[in-house]
Amino acid sequence: MTTLLNTIDHVFAKKVCAAHQDRPDELLEILHEIQEEEGFLSDRVLRTISKSLNLSRAEVHGVVSFYHDFKREKQAENVIKICRAEACQAVDVDKLIADLEVHYGVKMDNGGDKVSLESIFCLGNCALGPAVLYNNDLYGRVSLKAVQKMIDSTKEVKVP
Amino acid sequence: MIVNVFVPCDAAALSVGSDDVANAILNNSKGKVNIIRNGSRGMLWLEPLVEVETPKGRVAYGPVSVEDVKSLFASNFLEGGDHPLLQGITEEIPYFANQERLTFARVGKIDPLDLNDYQANGGLLGLKNALSMQPSEIVDIIKNSGLRGRGGAGFPTGIKWETAGAQPKGQKYICANADEGDSGTFADRMLMEGDPFSLIEGMIIGARAIGADKGYIYVRSEYPHAISTLKSAIAIMEEAGWLGDGINNTETNFYLSVRIGAGAYICGEESSMLESLEGKRGQVKVKPPIPAISGMFGKPTIVNNVLTLGSVPFILAHGASAYANFGEGRSKGTQPFQLAGDINRGGLVEKAFGVSMEDLINGFGGGTKSGRPIKAVQAGGPLGGYITPESFDVAMGYETLAEAKTMLGHGGLVVFNDTANMLNLARYAMEFCEIESCGKCTPCRIGSVRGKETLDKIASGENIEENIQILDELCDLMEEASLCAMGGLTPMPVRTAMQLFPNEFYSPIVES
Repeated sequence: MTTLLNTIDHVFAKKVCAAHQDRPDELLEILHEIQEEEGFLSDRVLRTISKSLNLSRAEVHGVVSFYHDFKREKQAENVIKICRAEACQAVDVDKLIADLEVHYGVKMDNGGDKVSLESIFCLGNCALGPAVLYNNDLYGRVSLKAVQKMIDSTKEVKVP
Repeated sequence: MIVNVFVPCDAAALSVGSDDVANAILNNSKGKVNIIRNGSRGMLWLEPLVEVETPKGRVAYGPVSVEDVKSLFASNFLEGGDHPLLQGITEEIPYFANQERLTFARVGKIDPLDLNDYQANGGLLGLKNALSMQPSEIVDIIKNSGLRGRGGAGFPTGIKWETAGAQPKGQKYICANADEGDSGTFADRMLMEGDPFSLIEGMIIGARAIGADKGYIYVRSEYPHAISTLKSAIAIMEEAGWLGDGINNTETNFYLSVRIGAGAYICGEESSMLESLEGKRGQVKVKPPIPAISGMFGKPTIVNNVLTLGSVPFILAHGASAYANFGEGRSKGTQPFQLAGDINRGGLVEKAFGVSMEDLINGFGGGTKSGRPIKAVQAGGPLGGYITPESFDVAMGYETLAEAKTMLGHGGLVVFNDTANMLNLARYAMEFCEIESCGKCTPCRIGSVRGKETLDKIASGENIEENIQILDELCDLMEEASLCAMGGLTPMPVRTAMQLFPNEFYSPIVES
């Protein structure tokens, strides 16, 4: 007898759901935890969640696609989340973005392998803008140099 | 002798290197220093602000970088010695001394996770009083204090609590809205990171007032530091018997947990937040029923902003009139204002309502950091209107700001200098609404897209008069027909930008 590939549960996803007593109201927490570990939410993860929580796949997909945080594809090694909200615009975040786009050869909100630049709206660091979130660390008064430094301090990144 | 040195662990201070500074001080201290990680004093332009405890009081040095640490020791800073970064006694710095700190009384002063420090500085007094009162007495005190929702809507908190309290006994919930998404606002974050126990205390009091035994704090995922501080604070309160069954040996039970958002601005809207708390898409719901009658899982639920709940312990500790004596008109008490954008002294200023915008922006804030003239200030977040320096005499309050065609919102003020492009900012307001709309109602979902497109046409010089007319009508429609404030208020920044700077719309600089 053959087993269809898409019926195999994702072991980690199943474990996380169980840790949350398979409660559908904890779906956001479950998604966060799995994404933290896996980097993104695969089809198999979503199927496993829907089965464990007794939700339809459409419901799970609906939630995943609603929130900006949840990703369906593998993300770049270094995701630079840049605040584009008004307070950072007032201190010319647009110039920082342009500099970063040129330096790393990627476009804002348009993927990338080594480095990607992602819009985020307000990091609550509005008096010390431009603000950037990288690896869950917050940075203030950010310049191109500061971004290079934060990436270099974690791992080598080849600049095209 | 071991000297206490305070180095903030507030996210804003961390963002400019306070961890490295703390380590550098420790490494140079030869065992003479005890580092305490406090919250931020709110003088963010001085961060990392290092304070040294001396017999005269806490002496401040800032902004300190790792490179400054050696010279600080050389200047004998552990005894308050002179140094180019010396700012004097922290609480005598005019920016700080001229504030009226009620909600933020302890922020920056104490170790955020030291419950003894919290109690030594007036913490838990309000809760102890509340535990000896009938729920209706608590509600009356909150009503008499004049406390209104600090999230922006300004609804009287006491009335909300009374409504939920009047529902039949059974499962009820209290939720803290910590989805502080407005640009230019960071007071919730600072309170959660600098004095998390005060929020928890406010929630326990609220829970007792309405008869809820479960609570949630909905924090945005953009605030990882606040999330971890809150989780630790909850564990400490549970351990000490202030959360759980039989709080402080009374019949009050209360369980509290943190829920994390997932990057959706709209989840700051209460009905959307409640959907999100249930693990669903954060779509706005039609009211009525109001959440105080039917909220989370259909049960009576109160949703209050972090600053609202953070003000409750003071009111219960010192009485309604102690709070209501601050402020003016129907805006009672104090508001933690946040100065952001291109501003010389950005940070948090807690003042009684009635302070003028001039005092905040040019007085406390000291004008722009860039030194360029101020063009406009956006008050109240991305949905608030722009205001020009000619109108800076406006008194800060719910009604007064509404009359000035802007709003209090969450108390944020974002300063723009003369290089700001108002047409771009208006376009951004529409774009933001497009990105963050929950999609439930058409005026917001589609109106924002059309608004952005129309502004693009204006920017490229296409049928300007006609397109401005279209934009105006579109704004009318969004204001009148949107389901919630997201679509309903997006036109505010667009319209005020157009009214204040018509030239930039009627004769835009057309880029090739």
